[in-house]
Amino acid sequence: MTGGWHLVRLILRRDRVLLPLWVLILAALPAVYAASFAELTPTEESRALYAQTTAGIPSIEAMLGPIYGSSVGALATQRAGLTLLIVALINVLVVIRHTRTEEDAGRRELVAATVVGRHAPLGAALLVVIAADLVMGLLTAAFMGFTSGALLLGMSLAFAGIVFAGVGAVAAQLTENAGPARGLALAVLGLAYLIRAAGDATGSNLSWASPLAWSQYTQPFADETWLPLLASLGLAALLAGLAGWLSVRRDVGGGMLPTRLGPAGSTSLTGPFALAWRLQRGLLIGWSAGFLVFGLAFGGAASGAAEAFTGNPELAELFARLGGGLSLTDTFIATLLGIAAIAAAAYGIQAALRMRSEESTMRAEPVLATATARVPWALGHVVFAVIGPVVALFMIGVGLGLTYGADVGDMGQIPRLIGAALAQAPAAATLTGLTVALFGLLPRLSAVAWGILAICLLLGQIGALLQLSEVVLDLSPFTHTPHLPGGEVTALPLVVLAVVAVALTAAGLWGFRRRDVGV
Amino acid sequence: MENAILVSGLHKTFGRTHALNGLDLTVRTGEVHGFLGPNGSGKSTTIRVLLGLLRADSGSARLLGGDPWKDATALHRRLAYVPGDVTLWPNLSGGEVIDLLGRLRGGLNPKRRAELLERFDLDPRKKGRAYSKGNRQKVALVAALASDVELLILDEPTSGLDPLMEEVFRECIVEEKQSGRTVLLSSHILAEVEQLCDRVSIIRSGQTVETGTLTDLRHLTRTSISADLATPLTSIPGVYDLVVDGTRVRFEVDTDRLDETLKHLTTAGVRGLTSQPPTLEELFMRHYQGAAS
Repeated sequence: MTGGWHLVRLILRRDRVLLPLWVLILAALPAVYAASFAELTPTEESRALYAQTTAGIPSIEAMLGPIYGSSVGALATQRAGLTLLIVALINVLVVIRHTRTEEDAGRRELVAATVVGRHAPLGAALLVVIAADLVMGLLTAAFMGFTSGALLLGMSLAFAGIVFAGVGAVAAQLTENAGPARGLALAVLGLAYLIRAAGDATGSNLSWASPLAWSQYTQPFADETWLPLLASLGLAALLAGLAGWLSVRRDVGGGMLPTRLGPAGSTSLTGPFALAWRLQRGLLIGWSAGFLVFGLAFGGAASGAAEAFTGNPELAELFARLGGGLSLTDTFIATLLGIAAIAAAAYGIQAALRMRSEESTMRAEPVLATATARVPWALGHVVFAVIGPVVALFMIGVGLGLTYGADVGDMGQIPRLIGAALAQAPAAATLTGLTVALFGLLPRLSAVAWGILAICLLLGQIGALLQLSEVVLDLSPFTHTPHLPGGEVTALPLVVLAVVAVALTAAGLWGFRRRDVGV
Repeated sequence: MENAILVSGLHKTFGRTHALNGLDLTVRTGEVHGFLGPNGSGKSTTIRVLLGLLRADSGSARLLGGDPWKDATALHRRLAYVPGDVTLWPNLSGGEVIDLLGRLRGGLNPKRRAELLERFDLDPRKKGRAYSKGNRQKVALVAALASDVELLILDEPTSGLDPLMEEVFRECIVEEKQSGRTVLLSSHILAEVEQLCDRVSIIRSGQTVETGTLTDLRHLTRTSISADLATPLTSIPGVYDLVVDGTRVRFEVDTDRLDETLKHLTTAGVRGLTSQPPTLEELFMRHYQGAAS
């Protein structure tokens, strides 16, 4: 770890804005949930009814995790099930950003040649992210009044983050590039989430196989126990040790998984579209497959909701009212599709930002110095950024329709749910359009698109709970997406979103034609 | 078309930095033109304006008779570019990149491609991430040299190449010149410039400070003289850094005033004389150092 402190300071300097931001926002989320529950369900009876009902609905347990009590804290803890996922996601991204991405860019080499120990780069990245997780956990507890339950919830979130920091660290040793490392680690995270969801939906012990579940089995604000976090600690130590062991057994810049020779030439790379296909196909296949798997898994869980109510008509009616007249299953699927829309937008942004990374790594320059004009070059990527999320949403519709349709014996669900999923596409396309506009007009601020998506996500998650005004909520394109399946469809919002998306994309392309390349 | 590249009074600013400050550059059709200047003097910026990647603030630039910004796509069919720092797609093999760039440019000569791969000793099957800096440079060079174009724009193309490969590169450029192509060669390797270039332009802080053939430029430099005289001389008009040590004198003189100074020396009677001709290094050092001050 010689020189590790200097690297820690380097990481803190580079992330001086991002790091405090995500620590603060994530730490605030459970407190916001608690505040909203205190308001929505002020009485003990109302909370008990809520707890009892959600405990009986497999699809909600699948999405969020189990509920263990009826106190405000216990309700907020279950709601924070998605926060857990975001904490894990951020840990993976941050660790890979400070390890494999650095190696990819050749900066690690520069550092490794100074008086810096072999373990220092990985150690420094893990140290920073673990410390950030712990601070986030403590802040979570502080925001919720520093009770024993609050501290346990905070630490449960922190330890889920630390485990996935370890996953990211191992993935960073295995592949030679940051992209595949991220893909690998996120696939592990997706799998952990699915295992937990399947286990919780069926009430089986399967959940124990997922480290995400450990952070929920601590049961904050109920039967509190710190024991599951020992398992998290053990796994995190194991993963960090494995990453460290791997990192000294490979070459700097190299990976563990072998690289093969490629073809000596190409007949298929004929133009900008062919090149964009080569650069974008991995993303397209990965996202589509992920969406299909999630659709299949949650389509299976969705029908359980109907069963939960067969013996309890009053509750069924209550929840139907809560869902604005939709059936409970429809409400569940609509909520799921709302999340899918955000994920699809994330894919759109990622695909569109490929243009910026091509530009800033100077790979766009030699291509634009050929007879390839700027707009066709950009359109190659834009096509994937627009069509890709549509394909991914189509796949989640297919997945949901297949398993849910098979469950209820109605294959007519397949087109119905595909339609519901595709209705999310215009909102996702708006974010893609925004990214293209930033790329064309304010290229250095391209990555701000991620921040805007995060704001949309926050508005959707807590905007209604905080009772923000309609005007603020309307800023998010996702506010205008119809509640499908089951809800009413009006064409106007979808058309407006599509027009905005097209206008933003056109503005971006117009700007890119006129601006300097490589700035 | 007499001039392949004709740039005059080019200005380009990035924020507060004045990257180009009234730059002039003329490259005649069919010549190999050396483009020299210290780091950060604006060579790459000029090249990127010529490629239509950057838009100049003012001044005029003509490339192969067209406007490099407006006619970019049409002009790019007739030129090939090798950047100074080649980055490749990590998951594309070198061969795929060569074919891609060649095809985007409008065609590649397969025979020439095979021959160049052989001469540069490059394995086209390796993936972009597996190449060293020199080998990445070779990928871009093969893609450019195998294209059937009128103009080659090369931005420090030999950085990272070993001496053997540098030699191969020089042979290639000589052949390109013989087949009538125009080459703009930005380089720091003076031996390379001396061997290949018909004319050179030296720029500093975004301005052209010298342009001409190497012979022209040599005339602009000083010759070092040391002489042993019959009678001591205390002053010699028009020379620099004069050191008088009894009957021995040492000084530098502008090469175009050499004749007149030697005549003055002979009036004192010359017993011994050594003269050191100016080297290109000295010429460049003089211009490059000016940038630091």
